[in-house]
Amino acid sequence: MTTDRPMTTDTPAAAGRTSAGPVLEIDGLTVDFRLDTGTVHAVRDVSLSLAQGETLAVVGESGSGKTATALSVLRLNPQPPAVYTGGRILFGGRDLLRVPDRDLGRIRGQDIAMVFQDPMTSLDPLRRVGVQVAEVLRHHQGLSRTDAHAAAVEALDEVGIPDPERRFRQYPHELSGGLRQRVMIAGALVGRPRVLIADEPTTALDVTVQRQILDLLVSLQQRHGMAVLLITHDLGVVAETADRVAVMHHGRVVETGDVLDVFHRPADDYTRQLLAATPRLELA
Amino acid sequence: MTTPDAPTAPQTRRPLLELAGLRKEFGGRHGSVAVDDVSLTVAEGETLALVGESGCGKTTLTRLLLRLEEPTAGSVHFDGQDLAALAPAELRRLRRQIQVVLQDPYSSMNPRLTIAAIVAEPMVTHDPAARGRRGRRYTRERVGELLESVGLDGGIQDRYPHEFSGGQRQRVSIARALAVEPRLIVLDEPTSALDVSVQARILDLLADLQQRRGLTYFFVSHNLAVVQQVADRIAVMRQGRLVEVGEAAQVLKRPEHAYTRQLLDAVPVPDPRRGRRARVVAGGTGNAGGTGNVGGAPGPQTPDAGAGGGTDGTGGTDGSGGAR
Repeated sequence: MTTDRPMTTDTPAAAGRTSAGPVLEIDGLTVDFRLDTGTVHAVRDVSLSLAQGETLAVVGESGSGKTATALSVLRLNPQPPAVYTGGRILFGGRDLLRVPDRDLGRIRGQDIAMVFQDPMTSLDPLRRVGVQVAEVLRHHQGLSRTDAHAAAVEALDEVGIPDPERRFRQYPHELSGGLRQRVMIAGALVGRPRVLIADEPTTALDVTVQRQILDLLVSLQQRHGMAVLLITHDLGVVAETADRVAVMHHGRVVETGDVLDVFHRPADDYTRQLLAATPRLELA
Repeated sequence: MTTPDAPTAPQTRRPLLELAGLRKEFGGRHGSVAVDDVSLTVAEGETLALVGESGCGKTTLTRLLLRLEEPTAGSVHFDGQDLAALAPAELRRLRRQIQVVLQDPYSSMNPRLTIAAIVAEPMVTHDPAARGRRGRRYTRERVGELLESVGLDGGIQDRYPHEFSGGQRQRVSIARALAVEPRLIVLDEPTSALDVSVQARILDLLADLQQRRGLTYFFVSHNLAVVQQVADRIAVMRQGRLVEVGEAAQVLKRPEHAYTRQLLDAVPVPDPRRGRRARVVAGGTGNAGGTGNVGGAPGPQTPDAGAGGGTDGTGGTDGSGGAR
């Protein structure tokens, strides 16, 4: 089982969280991948809860089930081979594993948005980036073309894209990796979601660009108060952004807790191994 | 890595690799300079790490030193010999002494070849003893030894790459590089595609092999934390130029160039007491204190950030004393 410790009151995480209940609750999630070669139990009885305004990082190595868990929230695991064999994902009083596709379509991008690792493959290469940001608003909020355009330009500006009117009209290949990821974030946040799921959002980026994107995510979160579910393999990224962390291994959550506790008093052997294996830059 | 002045003094050792005034232009109307006046020496037995972000020219530079690319100007000397002055047959003989391990162990080996064939390939190319009927037994023995030297079971020779994990494949790549007893191995992001626990073991293996075989490593990486573990010296590259070259401890702890400092500052610190929050406190205003070039999106000073920062400040001070 997980070792979820009580929050101590003197951590910044505690100060940053509201007293409201969880905005998203994953309860006993179990996901199998039924392949020709056999069944892979990708996610095994995973329970996580995400409070408004907090960042929960799910960290693990490849094959740990962290991405399958994240994708389950919006039922984005390809079916087949994925089968949701157990558990619930509660959001706004509903179980996302059971809401009709129509309703889920409304929730995706509007209430719960996602940012993926590689902005080159998640943006449409044939369409102007601004239009791709604006379509979220046209689709979900029924805004007119003009209003959506104005809101999209504003969104591009908010994520720190210089000269947003000009960038609006450009295509993904005309932008650097960092700018593309900013566009993705603008598109994810333009609908003011309550939950942002970020799956390895900086893994494909250079370290200086990664730093800028992480800072951007943190500041946008503080401004808008959304909850962030951050999926990463990088404990450095966890330490710099998360309030709480869940460590996954072989489809299970082996440890959850406040980021300070997990890093400095890890309760689980695997967490300790992961921390020990992470190279640290010692500059002192 | 805590002593500021490591006892290694590569200057006193013989340079194995010398790059002088290397330049590479790629043509066309909008021609660009990928490598611009790069001079660098690598001493026998040392690890030189080449660090830089994407597009800085580090891949082109490694291709130049492997002679996979002709320089526009400048020279590459290996063991005192100018690669450009060598006849093709001589270049081939010399190439045997320079091997390469690439980032992606999935795409850098032919999926239709057995592990034995993959590891033996450089031997067949470079070593007459590995050819013909008698060569077969010779290579089989050698391949078995090589696989064992990189921590794999010698009995996997007849299996195929897809049967192995990323870390195991990278061990196969290393075995293949070792097959012709090279003196210099170019390691191009050898652990970037691997999980951290696997990365740690591959780095240990590389260190062990270097010590046992007196290898020289030209280690290309964007990961400064990894570089700190492996490098004797570090060369920092940006926009085709080397902006800083020096002893690893020197470059990491007392960087001279602003770009090196920027790179170092950007590395995420896997310690919540010393990472972003600590910097936010030090900077005073949201995320603006962290980096100078965050672009737009100024960090708003929210009550949350203020409250969090206050408590974290004390934690950070404690941490710097107690943390390793």
